[in-house]
Amino acid sequence: MPFSAVFSGRHPERSSVTARLCCVIAFALAGQGCSVDSGPQNATSTAHARLISQKQYFNTVEYVFGPDITLSTQFAPFRRVDGLLANGGSTAGITVGQMREFQRTAGALAEQVVSPEHRNFLIPCKPAREDAADEACATQFLSVVGRLLQRRPLDPKVQAATVAEAGAAADRLKDFYAGLAVALEGLLISPDMLFIIDQTEPDPKRPGQQRLDAYSLASRLSFFLWDAAPDDELLQAAQRGDLYTSKGRARAVDRMLASPRLEAGVRAFFDDMLAFDEFAVLTKDPGIYPAFSGETLLDAREQTLLTIYDHVVVKKGDYRDLFTSRETFISPALALLYDGVSAPPGWSRFEVPADSPRVGLLTQVSFLAGHSHPGRSSPTLRGKALRELLLCQIVPRPPPNVDFSQLENPDAHYPTQRDRVAAHLAAPSCAGCHRITDPIGLALENFDGAGRYRTQEGGTPIDASGNLDGKPFTDAVGLGQALRDNPGLPACLVKRMYSYSVGGSDIKEEKIVLPYFRERFEADGYRVPELMRTIAMSTAFSSIAEPAATPAQTQVVADRGGTRK
Amino acid sequence: MKNLRKLESLGRRRVLRGMLNGGIVTVGLPLLNCFLNDNGTALASGAPLPVRFGTWFWGLGMNSKIFVPNKLGAGYDLPEEIAALARVRDDINLFTNFNAFRDSSPNICHYTGWVIMRTGQAPTGSEDRPGETIDVTIARAIGRTSRFPTLTATATGDMRTSFSYLNANSPNSAEPSPLNFYSQIFGADYQDPNAESFTPNPRVMARKSVLSGVLDRTREVTKIVGSEDRARLDQYFTALRDLERQFDQQLTKPEPIAACHAVTAPAQDPKNGIDSDAVAIRHKMLTDLMVMAVACDQTRVFNMAYSASSATTIKAGYEKPHHTTTHEEGVDSKLGYQPTASWFTRRAMESWATFVEAFRNVKEGDGTLLDNVLIYATTDHAWARVHSLEGIPLFTAGRAGGRVKSGLHIDGKGTTAVRVGYTGMKVLGLDVNSWGTKSNNTTSEVSEMLA
Repeated sequence: MPFSAVFSGRHPERSSVTARLCCVIAFALAGQGCSVDSGPQNATSTAHARLISQKQYFNTVEYVFGPDITLSTQFAPFRRVDGLLANGGSTAGITVGQMREFQRTAGALAEQVVSPEHRNFLIPCKPAREDAADEACATQFLSVVGRLLQRRPLDPKVQAATVAEAGAAADRLKDFYAGLAVALEGLLISPDMLFIIDQTEPDPKRPGQQRLDAYSLASRLSFFLWDAAPDDELLQAAQRGDLYTSKGRARAVDRMLASPRLEAGVRAFFDDMLAFDEFAVLTKDPGIYPAFSGETLLDAREQTLLTIYDHVVVKKGDYRDLFTSRETFISPALALLYDGVSAPPGWSRFEVPADSPRVGLLTQVSFLAGHSHPGRSSPTLRGKALRELLLCQIVPRPPPNVDFSQLENPDAHYPTQRDRVAAHLAAPSCAGCHRITDPIGLALENFDGAGRYRTQEGGTPIDASGNLDGKPFTDAVGLGQALRDNPGLPACLVKRMYSYSVGGSDIKEEKIVLPYFRERFEADGYRVPELMRTIAMSTAFSSIAEPAATPAQTQVVADRGGTRK
Repeated sequence: MKNLRKLESLGRRRVLRGMLNGGIVTVGLPLLNCFLNDNGTALASGAPLPVRFGTWFWGLGMNSKIFVPNKLGAGYDLPEEIAALARVRDDINLFTNFNAFRDSSPNICHYTGWVIMRTGQAPTGSEDRPGETIDVTIARAIGRTSRFPTLTATATGDMRTSFSYLNANSPNSAEPSPLNFYSQIFGADYQDPNAESFTPNPRVMARKSVLSGVLDRTREVTKIVGSEDRARLDQYFTALRDLERQFDQQLTKPEPIAACHAVTAPAQDPKNGIDSDAVAIRHKMLTDLMVMAVACDQTRVFNMAYSASSATTIKAGYEKPHHTTTHEEGVDSKLGYQPTASWFTRRAMESWATFVEAFRNVKEGDGTLLDNVLIYATTDHAWARVHSLEGIPLFTAGRAGGRVKSGLHIDGKGTTAVRVGYTGMKVLGLDVNSWGTKSNNTTSEVSEMLA
């Protein structure tokens, strides 16, 4: 809901009645009532201070100020931790260079917000004089915006100081709006904006233990489900204490799951889990793959995200069926790689013909081209990606003293990739790892390094047979089915999604809580929104493992979520 | 007379700051005919020309048979893989027969080598980033007065291609876009030191005031997080302090700098991708901006990466990228080396020569900018095909204000490569008695390169 709507009282989200109805329908379909089951009561998660990601920052700004605000900036990427960039936010530091980027972004954003073309609908009041301070108007704007950006009501001291800064700057610059912009910049670079800090308080239900305070719980919910800061309604629910009651939390979660903003959350999670950040630097040799352009890269990523969202949210499909489904979307750039297919401008629904081997996500260009070399396919990279990204397994790095003599002059000696990687299996130092990657990747050899279908390589017919953990198949269709039936597939999704939701989890926590999530996921027909709901409603999601580090600092801050430690 | 001497001792910044007295004025300044002292070795203020430090990186080492010269010392021969260095041979030093010792740590392919040479320490695992990189250490000593403590760029198009970090979780991201790099350095916040007039931006004064509130708030927030997060908040606090310093600088008229010239904004970024031609173009564009950023005293510490450690640079029409080529291309029986792998290394050496030349092309004082820099160029392996760390090559370029010689091929006699970086630290005036750990620990400078 854009900022202007906050003031006007409009409510673009579906009503809570609709949300509850969705919940009822969803659970009825899954054979359950709209009950609240929070899982193991001894389960906890860890409190983090997560650095906000670029996408979260942009999504939040868009919610608060609307889509007209444009930002051109590049925040430093996080390290991938336990398979997820999101977890890297829990350990990422801020360098001098990054801080300057935050400041530059804040300056550009604030300037647009107070610009003549935006101020009339983004600033809810008019100053008495435009060339001087106006405390009342500044307070009205900064208190509301500050609460949304910093995800809890501004500390009264901070609010007073921010308004005073706006006033002093307005007087100095002889411009109310310029003063407001400078104060807004301060809010945008403050630690309360840039760090998503899990603040805790004693848990009355578990004496001696901690729980997230209401606003931190709201933030954790919102960044998980929407990849953005909480909206006004969620903050109100936090303020009322609703999130501490089962019904109140369920109401909030179901509203969020029913919101169009869920799409941003679902896309962000899968974009991270599938390591699509690599697309930013993926490249193909245009001499070898002339049909593969920069547009293909963008569309390959988008095709998979569209397919996933459509299947798991719109159609409420079984997550596992993503790997056997023939339903997807097509664009003109991708159609060039789908021989014999034409596509109108934009995106169109597309069902792969029944006799086509292009079945499921593994045969989409994003996976095939994303895990290939710039000039050729790679059974090893594809097999490794399947194991690491989709089954949460770790494929060891090659040994440093590996003997490459077996692979010399591969062009001359090996007509196909199958023959070439066979050399890996013949060398004991290589075979250990290549045995777990190559038989998977070889099943995708009917697709070249750009993702285009082929039946031959260098004039030699391609043998696309292989096996996954002992389950044999003859082609990519069989691989998709084997992966679909692999119990590691949903288990990996559960592991990644829980870790993503809490900003990183450890083995101890996971041991307690993951079995419960896996069981629920299975019982819910492997429906992703139900898994999101299960996680969001769990005790682990809101209970914190360790007491705060500095109990001596305990203080009560009025209207900021209670006790902070 | 006494008063006059007192006035002479005031720097231009101090005079202007006094004139401003917190208010907004425009100060007309005649462009000085003489930016330097009479003998061209110091700024007009009397301060000596600053000595700067930079790094350069190329991935995947070399083929020693066609890379390592036969002759040591000055006037060394240039085997075919480094033939491109002919135009800068006398401006660089080539160090061979040095080692990166991993001791009991594993040899993490394409990682251990560069980390040792940039930090003096062998990482214990692929997630381990020990210490801080040499540029960060040196920037702490010499980078406090320039606008940017460090500037980091990469020709790979990937901002993650950086060999600079403060700690395990804080890499200095590299700028891959020439357009963005221009904007970052010479965009709206750039103050031309040779501008005829100077008007402090009143908005900056307001920003500085607001920033003090953010600093106060950070102190409070730091109290409510755990110890690990507290360290991150402390780092954030330090970054805010740097912002404050930047605001102060923006409110102060900079000293004129003769070597600093107007830079034209790039019309557009080079095409995406990492084929070697695109990389060379991107590298040249970023280099030109970096060189002028140094000449204009926007930074005194800089990092440039030509390629990643396991470089994926492409040769048009050849199916394998550089890294894969080093492992899968056979050693040509007639040539005695991997021809395509060598082709990639030669392209890297061409760009290294371009980088050095760009500093030499800027006149500074009686000489060139290259006379007042020391550039430390490293790689990840000696022979990438087998991930070797023995005999790993490295370079320096420049003469560090006359403190080092150039034009030499220096034999490391199997000692740690960390010695070259340690020598750089000493040359830059750092008060360090040793650098590195375990077998890479050294107290021994490379005396041959010292003037």
